[in-house]
Amino acid sequence: MADMWLTSLFAFLVGGLFCVIAQILIDLTALTPARILVMYVVLGVLLGALGLYEPLYDFAGCGASVPLVGFGGNIAKGIREAIDRDGAIGILTGGFTAASAGCASALIFGYLSSLIFSGKPKKL
Amino acid sequence: MDKEIYKETVAKRAPKSPLFIDCLKAFLFGGAICFLSQWLFFLYVFLGAEEKSAGTLVTVTLIFLAALLTGLGLFDRIARHAGAGTLVPVTGFANSVVSPAIDTKSEGLVIGVGSKIFTIAGPVILFAILSGAIYGVIYYIVTLFS
Repeated sequence: MADMWLTSLFAFLVGGLFCVIAQILIDLTALTPARILVMYVVLGVLLGALGLYEPLYDFAGCGASVPLVGFGGNIAKGIREAIDRDGAIGILTGGFTAASAGCASALIFGYLSSLIFSGKPKKL
Repeated sequence: MDKEIYKETVAKRAPKSPLFIDCLKAFLFGGAICFLSQWLFFLYVFLGAEEKSAGTLVTVTLIFLAALLTGLGLFDRIARHAGAGTLVPVTGFANSVVSPAIDTKSEGLVIGVGSKIFTIAGPVILFAILSGAIYGVIYYIVTLFS
């Protein structure tokens, strides 16, 4: 139980820190949120490639996996595992395999939302 | 009142810089989402899910909640305060998919929703898969020689 509290505390701190860094970038630079998302996911792939993502995940749990960095880290891991298992074809199959649940659920829930809800006129 | 004391009082009472407040809010919202996700993870494991599946289930749950809140128009209201706190977690990715889907409904299901749904998530997936493939090529070459 103590372990669980510790992991969730680190999840809070690490997850919060990822958000603060993004907030500073948004406030102080001209980077749009879309660019921040792209940066974070590529950063995640980089961390995964350098072998840093998994130690971070072991330490902070959802603090590493829930920020978009985790999406990238997962893709790096998925590609590595696919190459170990299937050889070179894993370069192409591993990424989408790892990202499949996130992409599919976003697409499905997005589509269903568009059927159920209607948008309000955008305030510009 | 002494000038120095006046200055100090003003400095204490003045609103903190927007950057500081923004960062604090982002930290608290983002941290809270990750904290609650961690307990959701524990719950799924407790209910019998394997750790890998539990992680995926947490992601799917967050995407579902973000989609629902976006549809109800609540996500934007929270995000106005949370800033990067709701953008950086996978909730921001979900919102970036659901929001254009709802907004382009009037343009039709194929040309509207279908083609605009990945307006923002598309680049994210493109560069994730691209950088992943670059890593994959390097990793594959390394495994050949080791």
